[in-house]
Amino acid sequence: MISFRNVSKKFGKLQVLDSVTLDVYPSKSYALIGPNGSGKTTMIKSLLGLVVPTSGDIVFEEKSILTDWQYREKIGYMPQIGRYPENITIGQLVDMMRNIRPSQDKIDEELIDAFKLYKIYDKKMHSLSGGTRQKVSAALAFLFNPPVLILDEPTAGLDPVSVEIFKEKITAEKLKGKLMLITSHVLNDLDELTTDVVYIFEGRIQYHNSIEALKRETNEKRLGKAIATLIQQKELLDSITE
Amino acid sequence: MTRVIKYIFYDLLRTRFILLYTLFLLVSTFAMFQIDSDPGKVVLSLLNVVLMVVPLISVVFTTIHFFNSYEFIELMLAQPVNRRVIFFSEYISVATSLCGAYVAGIGIPSLLFGADSSVFTLLFTGVMLTLVFVALAFLSSVLTRDKAKAIGIALLFWFYFSLIYDGLLLWVVYTFCDYPLEKITLTLIAFNPVDLARIIMLLQLDISALMGYTGAFYKSFFGSHMGLLFSSSILLVWIALPLWLAMRIFSRKDL
Repeated sequence: MISFRNVSKKFGKLQVLDSVTLDVYPSKSYALIGPNGSGKTTMIKSLLGLVVPTSGDIVFEEKSILTDWQYREKIGYMPQIGRYPENITIGQLVDMMRNIRPSQDKIDEELIDAFKLYKIYDKKMHSLSGGTRQKVSAALAFLFNPPVLILDEPTAGLDPVSVEIFKEKITAEKLKGKLMLITSHVLNDLDELTTDVVYIFEGRIQYHNSIEALKRETNEKRLGKAIATLIQQKELLDSITE
Repeated sequence: MTRVIKYIFYDLLRTRFILLYTLFLLVSTFAMFQIDSDPGKVVLSLLNVVLMVVPLISVVFTTIHFFNSYEFIELMLAQPVNRRVIFFSEYISVATSLCGAYVAGIGIPSLLFGADSSVFTLLFTGVMLTLVFVALAFLSSVLTRDKAKAIGIALLFWFYFSLIYDGLLLWVVYTFCDYPLEKITLTLIAFNPVDLARIIMLLQLDISALMGYTGAFYKSFFGSHMGLLFSSSILLVWIALPLWLAMRIFSRKDL
Protein backbone atom coordinates (compact mmCIF):
# COMPACT_ATOMS: atom_id res chain seq x y z
CA MET A 1 0.00 0.00 0.00
CA ILE A 2 1.16 3.50 -0.78
CA SER A 3 -0.16 6.60 0.92
CA PHE A 4 0.49 10.24 0.21
CA ARG A 5 0.09 12.27 3.38
CA ASN A 6 -0.39 16.00 2.87
CA VAL A 7 2.28 16.09 0.20
CA SER A 8 3.07 19.59 -1.05
CA LYS A 9 5.66 20.61 -3.58
CA LYS A 10 6.75 24.05 -4.64
CA PHE A 11 9.07 24.79 -7.54
CA GLY A 12 10.16 28.26 -6.56
CA LYS A 13 6.90 30.19 -6.26
CA LEU A 14 4.87 27.70 -8.25
CA GLN A 15 2.75 25.41 -6.09
CA VAL A 16 2.66 22.15 -8.05
CA LEU A 17 1.22 19.86 -5.37
CA ASP A 18 -1.04 21.28 -2.67
CA SER A 19 -1.40 18.93 0.32
CA VAL A 20 -2.22 15.82 -1.67
CA THR A 21 -3.59 12.99 0.44
CA LEU A 22 -4.23 9.68 -1.29
CA ASP A 23 -4.18 5.99 -0.39
CA VAL A 24 -3.71 3.39 -3.11
CA TYR A 25 -4.01 -0.36 -2.60
CA PRO A 26 -2.66 -3.49 -4.28
CA SER A 27 -4.62 -5.30 -6.98
CA LYS A 28 -6.25 -2.06 -7.99
CA SER A 29 -5.48 0.04 -11.00
CA TYR A 30 -5.62 3.81 -10.74
CA ALA A 31 -6.07 6.31 -13.53
CA LEU A 32 -4.42 9.62 -12.74
CA ILE A 33 -6.05 12.24 -14.87
CA GLY A 34 -5.95 16.00 -15.07
CA PRO A 35 -5.00 18.75 -17.49
CA ASN A 36 -1.39 19.46 -18.51
CA GLY A 37 0.62 20.85 -15.64
CA SER A 38 -1.84 19.74 -12.99
CA GLY A 39 0.86 17.85 -11.05
CA LYS A 40 0.45 14.24 -12.17
CA THR A 41 4.06 13.69 -13.14
CA THR A 42 5.32 15.53 -10.06
CA MET A 43 3.21 13.22 -7.91
CA ILE A 44 4.72 10.17 -9.59
CA LYS A 45 8.23 11.56 -9.42
CA SER A 46 7.89 12.30 -5.73
CA LEU A 47 6.75 8.72 -5.16
CA LEU A 48 9.95 7.57 -6.88
CA GLY A 49 12.08 9.95 -4.87
CA LEU A 50 13.14 11.87 -7.97
CA VAL A 51 11.42 14.95 -6.58
CA VAL A 52 11.67 15.70 -2.88
CA PRO A 53 8.38 17.07 -1.41
CA THR A 54 8.49 20.47 0.27
CA SER A 55 6.30 19.11 3.07
CA GLY A 56 4.31 15.99 3.88
CA ASP A 57 5.23 12.35 3.74
CA ILE A 58 4.87 9.41 1.39
CA VAL A 59 4.57 5.97 2.95
CA PHE A 60 5.28 2.76 1.08
CA GLU A 61 4.27 -0.39 2.98
CA GLU A 62 4.37 1.31 6.40
CA LYS A 63 7.76 2.93 5.73
CA SER A 64 8.45 6.52 4.81
CA ILE A 65 10.23 6.76 1.48
CA LEU A 66 11.92 10.07 2.23
CA THR A 67 14.98 8.39 3.73
CA ASP A 68 14.60 4.99 2.12
CA TRP A 69 15.58 3.78 -1.34
CA GLN A 70 15.18 0.01 -1.19
CA TYR A 71 11.42 0.24 -1.78
CA ARG A 72 12.20 1.08 -5.41
CA GLU A 73 12.95 -2.61 -5.92
CA LYS A 74 9.19 -3.07 -5.89
CA ILE A 75 8.44 -0.40 -8.47
CA GLY A 76 8.57 -0.53 -12.21
CA TYR A 77 8.54 2.95 -13.69
CA MET A 78 7.87 3.96 -17.24
CA PRO A 79 8.66 7.65 -17.63
CA GLN A 80 6.75 10.01 -19.88
CA ILE A 81 9.94 10.93 -21.73
CA GLY A 82 12.48 8.12 -21.46
CA ARG A 83 15.92 9.63 -21.02
CA TYR A 84 18.73 7.12 -21.39
CA PRO A 85 22.50 7.26 -21.88
CA GLU A 86 22.68 8.02 -25.59
CA ASN A 87 25.86 6.17 -26.48
CA ILE A 88 24.87 2.65 -25.52
CA THR A 89 22.82 0.10 -27.40
CA ILE A 90 19.46 -1.30 -26.33
CA GLY A 91 21.12 -4.60 -25.45
CA GLN A 92 23.69 -2.89 -23.25
CA LEU A 93 20.95 -0.88 -21.56
CA VAL A 94 18.94 -4.01 -20.74
CA ASP A 95 22.09 -5.76 -19.47
CA MET A 96 22.97 -2.75 -17.37
CA MET A 97 19.55 -2.65 -15.73
CA ARG A 98 19.69 -6.37 -15.02
CA ASN A 99 23.09 -5.89 -13.47
CA ILE A 100 21.97 -3.05 -11.27
CA ARG A 101 18.75 -4.59 -10.02
CA PRO A 102 19.67 -7.65 -8.02
CA SER A 103 16.38 -9.59 -8.27
CA GLN A 104 17.31 -11.89 -11.12
CA ASP A 105 14.99 -14.75 -10.29
CA LYS A 106 11.79 -13.48 -11.88
CA ILE A 107 12.72 -11.71 -15.06
CA ASP A 108 9.80 -10.96 -17.35
CA GLU A 109 10.95 -10.58 -20.95
CA GLU A 110 7.49 -10.89 -22.47
CA LEU A 111 7.40 -7.29 -23.71
CA ILE A 112 10.91 -7.50 -25.18
CA ASP A 113 9.70 -10.46 -27.21
CA ALA A 114 6.34 -8.96 -28.07
CA PHE A 115 7.86 -5.68 -29.28
CA LYS A 116 10.66 -7.64 -31.05
CA LEU A 117 13.27 -5.51 -29.31
CA TYR A 118 15.89 -8.27 -29.45
CA LYS A 119 16.07 -7.70 -33.22
CA ILE A 120 17.39 -4.18 -32.68
CA TYR A 121 19.55 -4.93 -29.64
CA ASP A 122 22.65 -3.46 -31.31
CA LYS A 123 21.01 -0.13 -32.15
CA LYS A 124 22.27 2.87 -30.22
CA MET A 125 19.83 4.74 -28.03
CA HIS A 126 20.32 8.07 -29.81
CA SER A 127 19.21 6.57 -33.13
CA LEU A 128 15.85 5.39 -31.80
CA SER A 129 12.51 6.94 -32.74
CA GLY A 130 10.19 8.24 -30.05
CA GLY A 131 7.96 5.19 -30.30
CA THR A 132 10.81 2.67 -30.05
CA ARG A 133 12.08 4.55 -27.04
CA GLN A 134 8.63 4.16 -25.46
CA LYS A 135 8.79 0.43 -26.15
CA VAL A 136 12.18 0.19 -24.45
CA SER A 137 10.82 2.13 -21.45
CA ALA A 138 7.83 -0.18 -21.26
CA ALA A 139 9.94 -3.33 -21.50
CA LEU A 140 12.25 -2.06 -18.75
CA ALA A 141 9.36 -1.17 -16.44
CA PHE A 142 7.95 -4.71 -16.68
CA LEU A 143 11.33 -6.50 -16.80
CA PHE A 144 11.71 -7.13 -13.07
CA ASN A 145 8.18 -8.24 -12.41
CA PRO A 146 7.58 -5.57 -9.74
CA PRO A 147 4.42 -5.54 -7.61
CA VAL A 148 3.88 -1.83 -8.29
CA LEU A 149 3.81 -0.40 -11.80
CA ILE A 150 3.84 3.30 -12.55
CA LEU A 151 3.15 4.20 -16.14
CA ASP A 152 3.35 7.85 -17.17
CA GLU A 153 1.49 8.28 -20.47
CA PRO A 154 2.25 4.71 -21.57
CA THR A 155 0.52 4.70 -24.95
CA ALA A 156 1.67 8.10 -26.22
CA GLY A 157 3.67 7.71 -29.43
CA LEU A 158 3.07 3.98 -29.89
CA ASP A 159 1.64 2.57 -33.10
CA PRO A 160 -1.82 0.92 -32.92
CA VAL A 161 -0.46 -2.65 -33.00
CA SER A 162 1.98 -1.96 -30.19
CA VAL A 163 -0.72 -0.18 -28.17
CA GLU A 164 -2.85 -3.32 -28.32
CA ILE A 165 0.09 -5.56 -27.30
CA PHE A 166 0.89 -3.24 -24.46
CA LYS A 167 -2.70 -2.98 -23.24
CA GLU A 168 -2.99 -6.75 -23.20
CA LYS A 169 0.15 -6.93 -21.10
CA ILE A 170 -1.14 -4.30 -18.66
CA THR A 171 -4.45 -6.14 -18.29
CA ALA A 172 -2.64 -9.43 -17.69
CA GLU A 173 -0.49 -7.87 -14.98
CA LYS A 174 -3.51 -6.21 -13.42
CA LEU A 175 -5.19 -9.59 -13.12
CA LYS A 176 -2.11 -10.89 -11.32
CA GLY A 177 -2.96 -8.47 -8.53
CA LYS A 178 -0.47 -5.69 -9.19
CA LEU A 179 -0.91 -2.13 -8.10
CA MET A 180 -0.95 0.19 -11.08
CA LEU A 181 -0.80 3.94 -11.42
CA ILE A 182 -1.43 5.10 -14.94
CA THR A 183 -1.60 8.63 -16.26
CA SER A 184 -2.92 9.27 -19.70
CA HIS A 185 -4.94 11.65 -21.80
CA VAL A 186 -6.42 8.82 -23.83
CA LEU A 187 -9.45 8.19 -21.66
CA ASN A 188 -10.66 5.28 -23.78
CA ASP A 189 -7.51 3.36 -22.86
CA LEU A 190 -7.95 4.13 -19.19
CA ASP A 191 -11.56 2.96 -19.32
CA GLU A 192 -10.31 -0.53 -20.18
CA LEU A 193 -7.21 -0.60 -18.03
CA THR A 194 -8.16 0.95 -14.72
CA THR A 195 -10.59 0.40 -11.90
CA ASP A 196 -10.36 3.70 -10.06
CA VAL A 197 -10.08 7.28 -11.10
CA VAL A 198 -8.14 10.09 -9.45
CA TYR A 199 -8.75 13.54 -10.88
CA ILE A 200 -6.09 16.17 -10.16
CA PHE A 201 -6.50 19.85 -10.86
CA GLU A 202 -4.00 22.55 -9.95
CA GLY A 203 -2.11 20.26 -7.60
CA ARG A 204 -5.14 19.12 -5.66
CA ILE A 205 -7.07 15.88 -5.79
CA GLN A 206 -10.56 16.92 -6.82
CA TYR A 207 -12.14 13.51 -7.13
CA HIS A 208 -11.24 9.96 -6.17
CA ASN A 209 -13.60 7.03 -6.60
CA SER A 210 -14.09 3.87 -8.60
CA ILE A 211 -14.90 4.23 -12.28
CA GLU A 212 -18.20 2.42 -11.72
CA ALA A 213 -19.24 4.94 -9.10
CA LEU A 214 -18.22 7.86 -11.32
CA LYS A 215 -20.26 6.51 -14.22
CA ARG A 216 -23.24 5.99 -11.94
CA GLU A 217 -22.96 9.49 -10.47
CA THR A 218 -22.78 11.16 -13.84
CA ASN A 219 -25.17 8.84 -15.68
CA GLU A 220 -22.66 8.28 -18.45
CA LYS A 221 -21.50 5.04 -20.03
CA ARG A 222 -18.06 6.15 -21.18
CA LEU A 223 -15.25 7.41 -18.96
CA GLY A 224 -14.49 10.34 -21.27
CA LYS A 225 -18.03 11.65 -21.09
CA ALA A 226 -18.21 10.97 -17.38
CA ILE A 227 -15.08 13.03 -16.70
CA ALA A 228 -16.35 15.86 -18.88
CA THR A 229 -19.64 15.88 -16.99
CA LEU A 230 -17.77 15.78 -13.69
CA ILE A 231 -15.71 18.83 -14.66
CA GLN A 232 -18.80 20.69 -15.82
CA GLN A 233 -20.58 19.93 -12.57
CA LYS A 234 -17.57 21.17 -10.60
CA GLU A 235 -17.43 24.38 -12.61
CA LEU A 236 -21.14 24.91 -12.10
CA LEU A 237 -20.79 24.37 -8.36
CA ASP A 238 -17.82 26.75 -8.22
CA SER A 239 -19.70 29.47 -10.08
CA ILE A 240 -22.65 29.15 -7.69
CA THR A 241 -20.50 29.33 -4.56
CA GLU A 242 -18.65 32.35 -5.92
CA MET B 1 28.41 0.33 -5.88
CA THR B 2 31.08 -1.45 -7.93
CA ARG B 3 28.50 -2.13 -10.63
CA VAL B 4 27.64 1.54 -10.91
CA ILE B 5 31.33 2.48 -10.94
CA LYS B 6 31.95 -0.06 -13.68
CA TYR B 7 29.41 1.59 -15.97
CA ILE B 8 30.70 5.09 -15.28
CA PHE B 9 34.26 3.96 -16.02
CA TYR B 10 33.12 2.37 -19.23
CA ASP B 11 31.48 5.64 -20.21
CA LEU B 12 34.55 7.71 -19.24
CA LEU B 13 36.98 5.56 -21.21
CA ARG B 14 34.84 5.68 -24.31
CA THR B 15 35.09 9.46 -24.61
CA ARG B 16 38.89 9.11 -25.07
CA PHE B 17 39.41 12.42 -23.31
CA ILE B 18 41.29 10.73 -20.48
CA LEU B 19 43.59 9.15 -23.04
CA LEU B 20 44.28 12.51 -24.66
CA TYR B 21 44.99 14.06 -21.28
CA THR B 22 47.50 11.30 -20.46
CA LEU B 23 49.12 11.76 -23.85
CA PHE B 24 49.37 15.52 -23.36
CA LEU B 25 51.09 15.10 -19.99
CA LEU B 26 53.38 12.40 -21.39
CA VAL B 27 54.46 14.55 -24.30
CA SER B 28 55.05 17.68 -22.22
CA THR B 29 57.03 15.78 -19.58
CA PHE B 30 59.13 14.09 -22.26
CA ALA B 31 59.75 17.45 -23.90
CA MET B 32 60.86 19.02 -20.63
CA PHE B 33 63.31 16.19 -20.01
CA GLN B 34 64.68 16.64 -23.52
CA ILE B 35 65.27 20.34 -22.97
CA ASP B 36 66.90 20.03 -19.57
CA SER B 37 68.75 17.11 -18.04
CA ASP B 38 68.59 18.30 -14.43
CA PRO B 39 65.53 16.58 -12.91
CA GLY B 40 65.18 19.31 -10.29
CA LYS B 41 64.74 21.98 -12.94
CA VAL B 42 62.40 19.77 -14.93
CA VAL B 43 60.21 19.27 -11.90
CA LEU B 44 60.15 23.01 -11.34
CA SER B 45 59.05 23.63 -14.93
CA LEU B 46 56.48 20.88 -14.66
CA LEU B 47 55.20 22.40 -11.45
CA ASN B 48 54.12 25.54 -13.27
CA VAL B 49 52.28 23.48 -15.88
CA VAL B 50 50.69 21.28 -13.23
CA LEU B 51 49.47 24.13 -11.05
CA MET B 52 47.59 25.71 -13.93
CA VAL B 53 46.61 22.79 -16.15
CA VAL B 54 45.61 20.11 -13.65
CA PRO B 55 42.94 22.20 -11.87
CA LEU B 56 41.63 23.56 -15.17
CA ILE B 57 41.30 20.14 -16.81
CA SER B 58 39.79 18.73 -13.64
CA VAL B 59 37.02 21.31 -13.34
CA VAL B 60 36.11 21.43 -17.02
CA PHE B 61 36.15 17.67 -17.57
CA THR B 62 34.20 16.94 -14.38
CA THR B 63 31.43 19.43 -15.08
CA ILE B 64 31.03 18.31 -18.68
CA HIS B 65 31.01 14.67 -17.60
CA PHE B 66 28.43 15.32 -14.88
CA PHE B 67 25.99 16.95 -17.26
CA ASN B 68 26.60 14.37 -19.97
CA SER B 69 25.74 11.59 -17.55
CA TYR B 70 22.58 13.32 -16.33
CA GLU B 71 20.45 10.74 -18.12
CA PHE B 72 22.36 7.91 -16.51
CA ILE B 73 21.93 9.50 -13.08
CA GLU B 74 18.22 10.00 -13.69
CA LEU B 75 17.83 6.40 -14.81
CA MET B 76 19.70 5.08 -11.78
CA LEU B 77 17.66 7.16 -9.36
CA ALA B 78 14.44 5.47 -10.43
CA GLN B 79 16.08 2.13 -9.55
CA PRO B 80 16.75 0.69 -6.10
CA VAL B 81 20.05 2.52 -5.78
CA ASN B 82 20.97 4.92 -3.03
CA ARG B 83 21.58 8.51 -4.08
CA ARG B 84 24.80 8.65 -2.13
CA VAL B 85 26.07 5.54 -3.89
CA ILE B 86 25.48 7.20 -7.24
CA PHE B 87 27.14 10.41 -6.13
CA PHE B 88 30.24 8.76 -4.69
CA SER B 89 30.51 6.37 -7.62
CA GLU B 90 30.57 9.38 -9.92
CA TYR B 91 33.20 11.10 -7.81
CA ILE B 92 35.40 8.03 -7.42
CA SER B 93 35.27 7.19 -11.11
CA VAL B 94 36.05 10.69 -12.35
CA ALA B 95 38.72 11.32 -9.71
CA THR B 96 40.52 8.00 -10.20
CA SER B 97 40.58 8.27 -13.97
CA LEU B 98 41.95 11.83 -13.86
CA CYS B 99 44.48 10.91 -11.15
CA GLY B 100 45.48 7.80 -13.10
CA ALA B 101 46.03 9.86 -16.24
CA TYR B 102 48.10 12.35 -14.27
CA VAL B 103 50.27 9.78 -12.49
CA ALA B 104 50.88 7.88 -15.72
CA GLY B 105 51.53 11.01 -17.75
CA ILE B 106 54.05 12.56 -15.35
CA GLY B 107 55.31 9.41 -13.67
CA ILE B 108 56.33 7.23 -16.63
CA PRO B 109 58.72 9.72 -18.29
CA SER B 110 60.16 10.72 -14.91
CA LEU B 111 60.93 7.10 -14.10
CA LEU B 112 62.51 6.60 -17.52
CA PHE B 113 64.78 9.62 -17.21
CA GLY B 114 65.64 8.86 -13.63
CA ALA B 115 64.08 11.25 -11.20
CA ASP B 116 64.63 12.02 -7.54
CA SER B 117 62.18 12.15 -4.67
CA SER B 118 60.87 15.57 -5.74
CA VAL B 119 58.92 13.86 -8.51
CA PHE B 120 56.99 11.94 -5.89
CA THR B 121 56.06 15.19 -4.18
CA LEU B 122 54.99 16.55 -7.55
CA LEU B 123 52.82 13.47 -8.13
CA PHE B 124 51.34 13.76 -4.65
CA THR B 125 50.46 17.45 -4.98
CA GLY B 126 49.03 16.90 -8.44
CA VAL B 127 46.80 14.07 -7.26
CA MET B 128 45.65 16.17 -4.30
CA LEU B 129 44.87 19.13 -6.57
CA THR B 130 42.91 16.85 -8.91
CA LEU B 131 40.85 15.53 -6.01
CA VAL B 132 40.18 19.06 -4.70
CA PHE B 133 39.13 20.49 -8.05
CA VAL B 134 37.00 17.50 -9.01
CA ALA B 135 35.17 17.99 -5.69
CA LEU B 136 34.74 21.71 -6.40
CA ALA B 137 33.46 20.94 -9.89
CA PHE B 138 30.90 18.51 -8.45
CA LEU B 139 29.77 21.26 -6.11
CA SER B 140 29.29 23.68 -8.99
CA SER B 141 27.47 20.98 -11.00
CA VAL B 142 24.86 20.29 -8.34
CA LEU B 143 24.32 23.98 -7.65
CA THR B 144 22.57 24.58 -10.94
CA ARG B 145 20.63 22.75 -13.64
CA ASP B 146 22.27 24.71 -16.43
CA LYS B 147 25.41 23.20 -17.94
CA ALA B 148 26.85 26.53 -19.09
CA LYS B 149 26.28 28.08 -15.67
CA ALA B 150 27.90 25.12 -13.93
CA ILE B 151 30.99 25.31 -16.13
CA GLY B 152 31.06 29.04 -15.45
CA ILE B 153 31.02 28.53 -11.69
CA ALA B 154 33.65 25.79 -11.96
CA LEU B 155 35.90 28.02 -14.05
CA LEU B 156 35.40 30.80 -11.53
CA PHE B 157 36.74 28.47 -8.82
CA TRP B 158 39.78 27.80 -10.97
CA PHE B 159 40.27 31.47 -11.84
CA TYR B 160 39.92 32.50 -8.23
CA PHE B 161 42.35 29.99 -6.76
CA SER B 162 44.90 30.15 -9.58
CA LEU B 163 45.01 33.87 -10.22
CA ILE B 164 42.80 36.16 -8.14
CA TYR B 165 43.67 34.79 -4.72
CA ASP B 166 47.39 35.26 -5.31
CA GLY B 167 46.79 38.85 -6.32
CA LEU B 168 44.80 39.50 -3.16
CA LEU B 169 47.48 37.84 -1.05
CA LEU B 170 50.17 39.93 -2.67
CA TRP B 171 48.14 43.05 -2.04
CA VAL B 172 47.73 42.15 1.64
CA VAL B 173 51.43 41.42 2.06
CA TYR B 174 52.39 44.62 0.24
CA THR B 175 50.00 46.86 2.16
CA PHE B 176 50.90 45.53 5.58
CA CYS B 177 54.58 44.92 4.91
CA ASP B 178 55.55 46.94 8.00
CA TYR B 179 54.03 44.31 10.27
CA PRO B 180 55.17 40.73 10.97
CA LEU B 181 53.00 38.77 8.55
CA GLU B 182 54.47 35.28 8.57
CA LYS B 183 51.76 33.62 10.60
CA ILE B 184 48.96 35.52 8.87
CA THR B 185 50.17 34.60 5.38
CA LEU B 186 50.58 31.03 6.57
CA THR B 187 46.91 31.04 7.56
CA LEU B 188 45.87 32.76 4.35
CA ILE B 189 47.73 30.20 2.26
CA ALA B 190 45.68 27.44 3.88
CA PHE B 191 42.62 29.00 2.23
CA ASN B 192 43.99 28.26 -1.22
CA PRO B 193 44.73 24.66 -2.23
CA VAL B 194 46.84 25.76 -5.21
CA ASP B 195 49.13 27.88 -3.02
CA LEU B 196 49.38 25.06 -0.54
CA ALA B 197 50.46 22.67 -3.27
CA ARG B 198 52.95 25.19 -4.64
CA ILE B 199 54.58 25.79 -1.27
CA ILE B 200 54.89 22.08 -0.47
CA MET B 201 56.59 21.68 -3.82
CA LEU B 202 58.91 24.69 -3.60
CA LEU B 203 60.17 23.66 -0.19
CA GLN B 204 60.83 20.18 -1.45
CA LEU B 205 62.94 21.63 -4.27
CA ASP B 206 65.13 23.48 -1.77
CA ILE B 207 64.82 26.84 -3.42
CA SER B 208 63.03 28.43 -0.48
CA ALA B 209 66.13 30.53 0.11
CA LEU B 210 64.96 32.59 -2.86
CA MET B 211 61.97 33.66 -0.82
CA GLY B 212 64.08 35.37 1.84
CA TYR B 213 63.08 35.57 5.46
CA THR B 214 59.52 34.36 4.83
CA GLY B 215 60.93 31.42 2.92
CA ALA B 216 63.06 30.50 5.87
CA PHE B 217 60.03 30.70 8.11
CA TYR B 218 58.01 28.46 5.78
CA LYS B 219 60.93 26.10 5.53
CA SER B 220 61.02 25.71 9.28
CA PHE B 221 57.28 25.13 9.31
CA PHE B 222 56.43 23.20 6.14
CA GLY B 223 59.79 21.44 5.94
CA SER B 224 59.15 19.57 9.16
CA HIS B 225 56.99 16.48 9.37
CA MET B 226 54.39 18.46 11.26
CA GLY B 227 54.25 20.99 8.44
CA LEU B 228 53.75 18.31 5.81
CA LEU B 229 51.09 16.66 7.93
CA PHE B 230 49.39 20.02 8.45
CA SER B 231 49.36 20.95 4.76
CA SER B 232 48.18 17.50 3.70
CA SER B 233 45.33 17.54 6.18
CA ILE B 234 44.29 21.02 5.03
CA LEU B 235 44.21 19.68 1.48
CA LEU B 236 42.07 16.78 2.71
CA VAL B 237 39.65 19.30 4.20
CA TRP B 238 39.63 20.99 0.79
CA ILE B 239 38.51 17.68 -0.71
CA ALA B 240 36.04 16.67 1.98
CA LEU B 241 34.24 19.97 2.50
CA PRO B 242 33.09 20.65 -1.09
CA LEU B 243 32.31 16.97 -1.54
CA TRP B 244 30.18 16.85 1.58
CA LEU B 245 28.36 20.05 0.60
CA ALA B 246 27.76 18.76 -2.92
CA MET B 247 26.44 15.46 -1.62
CA ARG B 248 24.05 17.22 0.75
CA ILE B 249 22.67 19.31 -2.10
CA PHE B 250 22.53 16.33 -4.45
CA SER B 251 20.62 14.15 -2.00
CA ARG B 252 17.83 16.75 -1.91
CA LYS B 253 17.91 17.77 -5.53
CA ASP B 254 14.85 17.46 -7.76
CA LEU B 255 15.52 15.71 -11.03
